[in-house]
Amino acid sequence: MPTILELATQLRDKFPDLLSQPVEFRGEITLKLTDAEHIVDVCAFAKTELKFNMLLDITSIDNYGEDPRWTIVYELYGVEGKAHLRIKTDVSEEKSELPTVLPVWRTADWHEREIYDMMGVRFRGHPDLRRILMWDGYPYFPLRKDFPLAGKTTELPEVAFTRSAPLEGGPFVTVAGGKDSIVREPRARTPEN
Amino acid sequence: MATTQTIEFRDSGARAAAAAPVAPADELRDMEGDKMILNMGPSHPSTHGVLRILIEMDGETITKAMPDVGYLHRGDEKIAENMTYTQFIPYTDRLDYLAPLANNVAYVLAVEKLLGIHEALPPRCQYIRVICCELARISAHLLGLGAFAMDVGALTVFLHTFTEREKIYNFAESLSGARFTTSYTRIGGVTRDTPPGWCEQIRRFCDEVLVALAETDRLLTRNRIFVDRTRDVGVISAEMAIDYGLTGPNLRGSGVDYDVRKAHPYLCYKDLEFDVAIGTVGDCYDRYLVRMEEMRQSVRIIRQCLDRIPGGFDNTSKEPVNIADGKIVLPAKSKVLSSMEELIHQFMLVTQGVNCPPGEIYFGAENPKGELGFYINSRGGGTPYRMKIRAPSFVNLSILPAILPGHMMSDVVSILGSIDFVMGECDR
Repeated sequence: MPTILELATQLRDKFPDLLSQPVEFRGEITLKLTDAEHIVDVCAFAKTELKFNMLLDITSIDNYGEDPRWTIVYELYGVEGKAHLRIKTDVSEEKSELPTVLPVWRTADWHEREIYDMMGVRFRGHPDLRRILMWDGYPYFPLRKDFPLAGKTTELPEVAFTRSAPLEGGPFVTVAGGKDSIVREPRARTPEN
Repeated sequence: MATTQTIEFRDSGARAAAAAPVAPADELRDMEGDKMILNMGPSHPSTHGVLRILIEMDGETITKAMPDVGYLHRGDEKIAENMTYTQFIPYTDRLDYLAPLANNVAYVLAVEKLLGIHEALPPRCQYIRVICCELARISAHLLGLGAFAMDVGALTVFLHTFTEREKIYNFAESLSGARFTTSYTRIGGVTRDTPPGWCEQIRRFCDEVLVALAETDRLLTRNRIFVDRTRDVGVISAEMAIDYGLTGPNLRGSGVDYDVRKAHPYLCYKDLEFDVAIGTVGDCYDRYLVRMEEMRQSVRIIRQCLDRIPGGFDNTSKEPVNIADGKIVLPAKSKVLSSMEELIHQFMLVTQGVNCPPGEIYFGAENPKGELGFYINSRGGGTPYRMKIRAPSFVNLSILPAILPGHMMSDVVSILGSIDFVMGECDR
């Protein structure tokens, strides 16, 4: 039974220019993919040859202020081999698009829809890329770092209330160093304050 | 000797329809094959929360099903980016709100993995957490099976299972103060030790719940109607289950032997003896049987924990329940007001949170609904940079468009009940 490090090395040896050296942290192996366009080939090889037959999760990270802005993280798992592997890839903000891994694992469907819904990263080749948690036609991408925690008002006639949520006493509301409490406790916090 | 008789409709609408001119033959052919779209939910007694399914039907048979989730979306992941790790614990209660203790344990184990202390927890803490997880598993399965049976018509089962759940709520109340949203665990340990007499009551509860399970078994397992409604309904093959990322009883019902407690043991599961229930066909009946057996195995685990818990039932030898690290666990209050180091630790922990190293981890725990995973990306400090909650119900629901077509409308209720999802977890 090959160890996870051996499997990761096999994967890297198959795609030596694309994948970084395996990085280990807390017993988990992460591989960094330099070009997001090849994610399908890498994942297909991992599934068919290295037996990573389950995709546990796809996550998106907003590196606000850095370029490339998006990092997409794939959590692979092999049920028989009991092996976890993480593959990360970066996508720049101008592109905001990468191929879908739906042909490899059908569970990618809803995960990619959620990433599109929350972050606005598109998946090329996805048969039905529409919002899943927010309603169709919602104009923003809520998990981006420049979207305020309190939310933004939106136009939706059937919904009763869409103003920003008042955050009195909420998470990390106070702005340090203000001269009085009106300045120190704003109603809504944006990334600027 | 049959005679034909024209019926006079009493209803005016029917009379008008009967008197209307019959459409020519080719128009009738166009009208045939029109499918109806039925909107099920979000407010529906059988959708177990706010799930909306758009079902396209040809007569009684379903041709397409499109689940519409997100009615309970509260933005937990965005909130997590703005709070310390300890401040997020109450939000984890509200994920799978039928088993809050299990979510608490899964979350703090993920943060402890990031800190690197998840294998250095004091043994009493590990045993208490395992008892909490297994109680949560029994509670969630009791509700899942009770609601499932109630939806397919067996109303009595619901009352039996809820009587037992009430006892579990009482245990949670005496342990943490709240019946439901317990927020019991903390990073590095638990809030407080078990109250006196708690373990003794749990031991008695184990005997009582087995009686209730036996009654439920007698009511359902060989019940002609229940078997007819669940046998060969919603069959999920093992390859399909793995491909769609199913975990938990749904995956095991399809015959795949994957239980996180056995594959990647956490807490003290490697020292405990228990079996994993595996199904054969992958239909609703198999998933029901898997959940029933899982509850019996949970009782077995709890009994072993009670036999072996370090310090005994009332912790007479004063075993610690928190890891002895001042930078992670709040110090004793008496020391805070008198000693400088404890004062600083208290201040830093409360205002800035536990200082986690930069890095990323994924930790999955075997929750009642499946594998609840937390992916935490930290850039140092007391708040996560990104926290993704891998909700088992979200992934389990994605299989609906694949298995509902071909079934009849009444099978939808059986399938939804057998998948046993929770919208709080699905939508976060």
